Amino acid sequence: MDSKLPAPAPIISADTAAFWAATKKGVLLLQRCDACQRTIWYPKAFCNACGSLETTSFEASGEGEIYSFTEVHRGETAYRETPSFILAMVELDEGVRMLTNIVGAAPDALRIGQRVRVVFDDAGESAALPRFQPADKVS
Amino acid sequence: MSIKGKAFIAGAYEHPGRDLPDLSVMRIHAECAMGALGDAGLSLGDVDGYFCNGQLGFGGISMAEYLGLSPSYIDSTFTGGSSYLAHVGHAAAAIAAGKCKVALITQGAKVRGVVRGAKLAPDTPEYPFEHVFGETNAGIYALAARRHMHEFGTTSAQLAAVKVAASEFAQHNPNALLRKRVSIDDVLNSPMIADPLHRLDCCVVTDGGGALVVVAPEIAKSLKRPSVKLLGHGEALKHSGDGRPDLTYTGAVWSGPRAFAEAGVTPADIDYASIYDSFTITVLMTLEDLGFCKKGQGGAYVADGAALRLDSALPVNTDGGGLCNNHPGYQGGLVKVVEAVRQLRGEANPHVQVKDCALALAHGTGGGMSRMGSVTLVLGREDA
Ligand SMILES: [Zn+2]
Repeated sequence: MDSKLPAPAPIISADTAAFWAATKKGVLLLQRCDACQRTIWYPKAFCNACGSLETTSFEASGEGEIYSFTEVHRGETAYRETPSFILAMVELDEGVRMLTNIVGAAPDALRIGQRVRVVFDDAGESAALPRFQPADKVS
Repeated sequence: MSIKGKAFIAGAYEHPGRDLPDLSVMRIHAECAMGALGDAGLSLGDVDGYFCNGQLGFGGISMAEYLGLSPSYIDSTFTGGSSYLAHVGHAAAAIAAGKCKVALITQGAKVRGVVRGAKLAPDTPEYPFEHVFGETNAGIYALAARRHMHEFGTTSAQLAAVKVAASEFAQHNPNALLRKRVSIDDVLNSPMIADPLHRLDCCVVTDGGGALVVVAPEIAKSLKRPSVKLLGHGEALKHSGDGRPDLTYTGAVWSGPRAFAEAGVTPADIDYASIYDSFTITVLMTLEDLGFCKKGQGGAYVADGAALRLDSALPVNTDGGGLCNNHPGYQGGLVKVVEAVRQLRGEANPHVQVKDCALALAHGTGGGMSRMGSVTLVLGREDA
């Protein structure tokens, strides 16, 4: 989709290449520790719980709920010219919380606990940004 | 092994400037260094330990060269705005271990009129997963404030009460950036920065800095000026742990008990507290997490009429804090220690001096609510 928000291209590393490649196909990946099965966000080749360096990607449901949100009226860097936007922390159904934006909804209509679903905004050649929309808005 | 009673703050200096277009950052460090050494009655040649956040130049080495120091101990720990409280604790540990006897801590900053760039270096692991979504410091604290409201019923008016109290103190501070008293309505009617945080829920943006001199007990004894005894130091990092941030508490839940245990005191014993106040929500949550009130009751605590004021159980940020007085370079930790030293020496502004102030706490919070460096210091009068 095109949310009209800035979509700066992320810096991609060896830890995150597979994650960003999947976003181009509209897939949200998470990682699971091979040794203890802990779900890991953001993508990295290390498990905090057991110290394992072996992790495997899996496709997330792309669904979750709003843990918290704010309408930012003073954007910085790439968002400096954006009058306002929704910065949010979303708790995925897999149990991890990620920073993101909520798009396709008026700020007044949002609430903590609201169900949301991932959508992707193109961010250049190599990545798309995983943002979220209220679940009832996604066809 | 403990640092209790093994180190003293003998010199403290807050740069009087808040807007310093004509000074270099290095010059600000140097003015602060000489201010604190002069306050202690010591000179540059006495310094054998140097502490700074290392943001300027090559770790601490560039500033040590600029100041002409040849320390036997150097530490450029960076934990954001709490760096300088960490430096005090680290200096005390180094002094207790015999690594140095006169530790100088300096801060210098210029940020006024400068468009704020990315907070994080692009090669940090979290950067690609936060920066692209427009993460700002106010935004992260706003997420914490809204979640705190959701879980505990905290209100915007309660947050505003923190700013009102700060402004009442700041009217007595001639150097404060904002000296005008404000009301709850003034805060609520100020422009929204990141809801629920208004402009007046946010700290000031200032140039300047400060310095501290931490010394061994025998040095403190030899000096004319009263010094302040370091009784306890607690440090903690809070982070998101593979994607499990909880925005409803700060690292003070760990650094506080560590500092109180080392000092052998409880929150009820504290006569004055400098509480890090990057935003009003920071103060409210930190008071809860340090045990000055129950978790979730910070809103009711700060909004209770006399709270935070001079005649309350716990006067807080009597210099006007980061919310009104000074928050140099987005890092308010060093100034927090300076006001605690003033209170313990009985040298605060007469309008805001806490009577018989024997025990003080200074707390620093560096970073955001999903990851932070948290440092708590318990300080006493020289004879404590
Ligand atoms: Zn594991």
